Amino acid sequence: MAEEVVLLDFWPSPFGMRVRVALTEKGIKYEYKEEDLRNKSALLLHMNPIHKKIPVLIHNGKPVSESLIQIQYIDETWNDKSPLLPSDPYRKAIARFWADFVDKKIYDLGRKIWTTKGEEQEAAKKEFVECLKLLEVELGDKPYFGGENLGYVDVVLVPFYSWFYTYEKCGNVGIEAECPKLIAWAKRCLQKESVSKSLPDQEKVYGFVLQMKKFLGIE
Amino acid sequence: MADEVKLFGMWASPYSIRVELALKLKGIPYEYMEEDLSNKSSLLLKYNPVHKKIPVLVHNEKPIAESLVILEYIDETWRNNPVLPQDPYDRAMARFWAKFIDEKLLVTTRKVSFTAGKEQEQAIEEITEQLKQLENELQGKEFFSGHSIGYLDIVANVLVSWFGNVQEALGVDMFTEEKFPILFDWIGKVVKIDIVNECRIPKEKHLDYIRSRLEALKSASK
Repeated sequence: MAEEVVLLDFWPSPFGMRVRVALTEKGIKYEYKEEDLRNKSALLLHMNPIHKKIPVLIHNGKPVSESLIQIQYIDETWNDKSPLLPSDPYRKAIARFWADFVDKKIYDLGRKIWTTKGEEQEAAKKEFVECLKLLEVELGDKPYFGGENLGYVDVVLVPFYSWFYTYEKCGNVGIEAECPKLIAWAKRCLQKESVSKSLPDQEKVYGFVLQMKKFLGIE
Repeated sequence: MADEVKLFGMWASPYSIRVELALKLKGIPYEYMEEDLSNKSSLLLKYNPVHKKIPVLVHNEKPIAESLVILEYIDETWRNNPVLPQDPYDRAMARFWAKFIDEKLLVTTRKVSFTAGKEQEQAIEEITEQLKQLENELQGKEFFSGHSIGYLDIVANVLVSWFGNVQEALGVDMFTEEKFPILFDWIGKVVKIDIVNECRIPKEKHLDYIRSRLEALKSASK
C-alpha cells in the first residue's frame, strides 16, 4: 500500500517545524496542510479532538498528535535510515530528558519574553538564558546533540532558532553574546537541507509576532 | 557485573510510585531511598541537578530523571514483561494518554487544589471533561493496555489511591463511581493485582500530609 503522510501545521510553529525536519531527514514524502488557527479545519478538529492543536501527523489516515510523540513515531516507523534516537537505552533516556527539558522551559519562557514587560520579562529572560546555557553544556564539543549527526534533541531544539531574532528584538536579550556555542550549533544545523527547508526566515517570524502583539493588544 | 538499581522517591508521589510499579512488574530488585522533599539529600541534588526532583532512577551509577523517561528506560533495559506495546502506532497512543494524564489531568488537579469558589468550580468542570476523555480510552478493554496492565495503567495508577485521597482532603466531589463507572471498574480490577496493592498510599497518612501541605501553602501566600 502506498504510504500517505499528511502534516497539519502552522508555519511559525516550532512544534510543527520539528516534524517537518524529522520527515525531511528521513526522506518521507508528505502533504503539508497549512491551518488557520483562528478558523481550524474540520479535519484538524476530527484528527485531534482532545487538544485541537497542530501539528497533527496523519499516517495512512491514522492521526498522531504531540510533536515529541510524532518524532518518536516517525523514528520507529521509518527505522531504515537516519536514526534520530540513539539505540543505547541510557543515551536514549538522556536524549528524552533533554527534549522534555526543552518542552518544559524554552517555549513558555520564550513566550513570556515577547508577551510581557518589566519584572516578569526580566525574570523570563534570565531563566531563558540559563536554560540555553545548560543546553550548551549538554552539547559540549559535539557537532550536534545527536553526536556526528542530527538527532532527537537537535530536531526538538533547532526550530526555536527561528524565533531567536524575535526574542532578541522583543526582549532585548543578546542570545548570541550569551550562548555563542549554541548559535554556532544552530547555524551548523541550518546547513542541513532538512533544517533549512523546514525553518522559516527569522524576520518573517518577527513580522508574524508583531501582528500577533497587535491582535492581542500587547505593547 | 551485578546490576545495581536505586530509586530516589517519595512515599506520596504518584510519579515515584509509577516507577516502583514498573520495577516490580519486571521483578527488578532495587534499593529505595526515601527523600524528604523539604530537605533534599546531596545525592539527589547530585543525580538530578537540573530539576532537583524525585523520582530519579540510578542504574549502575547512571542517573535517569523524569518518570515517563524512566519508564521507557526500564522497558528498554529489562525486556521481560514488556510494558509498552510493540507497534509504533499503539506506542504513540499510549504515550499520548500518559502525557494527557500528566499535562492535563494532574495540572487541573493542582488548579482544583489551590482555588476556591467559581474558579474551583470551573477547574472541577475541566477535570470532569478530562476524566471522561480518559475513561473513553478504556472502552471495550480490560485494562488500558489490553488484557494485562502496562504503561498506561501504570501512569493512570494515580487514580487508584492518590486522586481519591486528594479529593477527600479537599472535600470536593469530582471523581465518583456514579460519574465514572468504567474507571472505577478498572480500579476494582487493578487493586486485585499484588504489586498495585503493594504500592497503595496509606490513606490516613496521605490525608494528613495533603492537609498540612495545603495549610502551609495557604499561610505562605498570606
